[in-house]
Amino acid sequence: MSEARESEPRSLSYLAAISEGVREVLLEQDNAFLAGEDVGQAGSVFGIYAGLFDEFGADRVIDTPISEKGIIGLGVGASATGCRPIVDIMFMDFMGECMDEITNQMAKMRFMFGGSVALPVTVTTMSGGGRNLAAQHSQSLEAWLAHLPGIKVVMPTNAYDVKGLIIAASRDNNPVFVVMNKMIVAMQAEVPEGAYEVEIGKASVVRQGTDFTIVTLGRMVYEALDAADQFKEQGLDIEVIDARSIQPFDTETVINSIKKTHRAMVVHEAVQFGGFGGEIVAQIQDLAFDYLDAPVARIGAPFSPVPFSPSLEDAYIPNAARIVEKVKEMLA
Amino acid sequence: MAKRPTKKNLKAMHLNMVRIRRFEETAGRMAENGKIPGALHLYVGEEAIAAGVMQHLSDEDQITSTHRGHGHLVAKGGEFKPMFAELFGRSTGYCGGKGGSMHVSNMKVGMLGANGIVGGGPPIAVGAAFSNKYRKTKNVAVAFFGDGASNEGSFHEAANMAALYKLPCLFVCENNGYGEYTPQANHQAVVDVADRASGYGMPGVIVDGMDVMAVYEAAGEAIDRARNGEGPTLLECKTYRFYDHVGVRGMGLTYRTDEELALWQARDPVSAFEKNLIDLKVMTQDEIDSVYAEVNAALDEAVDFAEQSPYPDPSVLLDDVYWVGGD
Ligand SMILES: Cc1ncc(C[n+]2csc(CCOP(=O)(O)OP(=O)(O)O)c2C)c(N)n1
Ligand SMILES: [Mg+2]
Repeated sequence: MSEARESEPRSLSYLAAISEGVREVLLEQDNAFLAGEDVGQAGSVFGIYAGLFDEFGADRVIDTPISEKGIIGLGVGASATGCRPIVDIMFMDFMGECMDEITNQMAKMRFMFGGSVALPVTVTTMSGGGRNLAAQHSQSLEAWLAHLPGIKVVMPTNAYDVKGLIIAASRDNNPVFVVMNKMIVAMQAEVPEGAYEVEIGKASVVRQGTDFTIVTLGRMVYEALDAADQFKEQGLDIEVIDARSIQPFDTETVINSIKKTHRAMVVHEAVQFGGFGGEIVAQIQDLAFDYLDAPVARIGAPFSPVPFSPSLEDAYIPNAARIVEKVKEMLA
Repeated sequence: MAKRPTKKNLKAMHLNMVRIRRFEETAGRMAENGKIPGALHLYVGEEAIAAGVMQHLSDEDQITSTHRGHGHLVAKGGEFKPMFAELFGRSTGYCGGKGGSMHVSNMKVGMLGANGIVGGGPPIAVGAAFSNKYRKTKNVAVAFFGDGASNEGSFHEAANMAALYKLPCLFVCENNGYGEYTPQANHQAVVDVADRASGYGMPGVIVDGMDVMAVYEAAGEAIDRARNGEGPTLLECKTYRFYDHVGVRGMGLTYRTDEELALWQARDPVSAFEKNLIDLKVMTQDEIDSVYAEVNAALDEAVDFAEQSPYPDPSVLLDDVYWVGGD
């Protein structure tokens, strides 16, 4: 497989990196195609696939009807028979429409068939709140997916990772969900030209620290970094880990960090109750109990649907202020 | 037999069309001024459908709506003040600011919500129709949905069940030729969504959705059938949205031509109806003008009301996730 070509470092938005990732896949694999609602000329929401239709044409960048169950089925059936599809579910909330296709077909087919089929299908989708889009367009439902043996789930939080993870997902012979975030589409990062992979299942230590570990999912990494900065003057050195992948989950990186810091907190945007944070906390308790100086804390959204009004949504989504408060509580 | 609208019906439909048109124009302006958070899907161009269908319904009849739902609520008897307050995210809104444009609802007038999920409405309308029949009322439930939504499995399951159980139900497809930015020819192989009715054993009727009289008559017939226990109908209204998918000017995509838009704008359902009303001597231009004056004044008041209303206090966040007493 080709590695990143030597090139001048360029700054690219998360949004542009998405379409560049898909572009590399389409260039590399004749049997790859992109299908989803309005992914063609319109380039989907925020224009994340802009330019692909013009470059690859309607045979490979395919507008589908508003039929999510059909879209996932297309990905399952086509990947079982020689294609390497990327199928797009515009907003993660719409997974409700196709959860059977995901749960009972995509996730289990290889196992049920005794390993006689592989499903190299990638599913891209946008998650998260913050744009006042209310209860049905703002959810973080990654825990639904991580609970299903047979699929992989990554949550890229920057332009470099999103491109590399889309490429890695497409090269993987398993179904992989790439759960993207709609609040960070304009964020820039350095992104190499050409194809490169970010390893699925590997967390990223985005801030080194010695005193405290914060493990984050999705864009909460930026809230944690902000919070960590606020403790700098007080001499509390916080390590921030972007989980990046929740299935498989990089337990080792988290445990190694806690062996060093002895204190930990998990932060995600999803509803706290039953969220993936519970799994992380349980793993820490299992594998690093003797290293802990305090119970592991968790921050997630309250147990309600995502509210519309800015005054409520602001109070709903976890943020740096809540993280700071919780860290202080733990140190008190 | 097609019911002809009375003068009273005609005036009521005109009032509703003007209320919807001016509501949406005002909302669009407010959104462009940054006063309305989130996404706004406007109904301008499609007013004749809501006005024509709703003329046959009482508060006890139910409707389910779509992401493009303001017009349905206005025609069903929604009031401007709590509607605007909801769009503005204020505590005095119909949903206390928790729903916004995509979930605005009012159970008191039988409006079971705008819906952020395309195809979300039809199965719920089937449930309401089932309930109407089960409780031995004479009420009907109407599901509004788009051409794009007619490709969701939910619509097909709902249609089959409604026909199977002969429910007092009406499926109103607002075919505006596009699902977001995808033209109908690229999202389904049929030209007429009404063709799908025969697959479920119910009549499929096509009507000019820019002509409120035509909508009134076709909907009246279908609703009579439903009330008389003869089962559901699929009524396809051919229409067009004058604004973009989201907001007024949207993302500035060139998925449809100016010529096409102009062709449909020339058939503006509101001005066409007004010309008709004058020709039929139902209303004079002066009377029409005073309808606008009245509606505009009410809108100004509603916008003031919304702007002066407080945002909901974060302490209400966990309220109404569950029923815990009260009504
Ligand atoms: C289940 C689901 N899939 C996709 C979307 C995104 N979406 C919102 S509106 C829309 C187009 C709907 O088209 P149509 O039903 O024709 O209604 P129109 O907007 O034309 O009134 C889409 C795809 C959604 N809200 N819900
Ligand atoms: Mg449409």
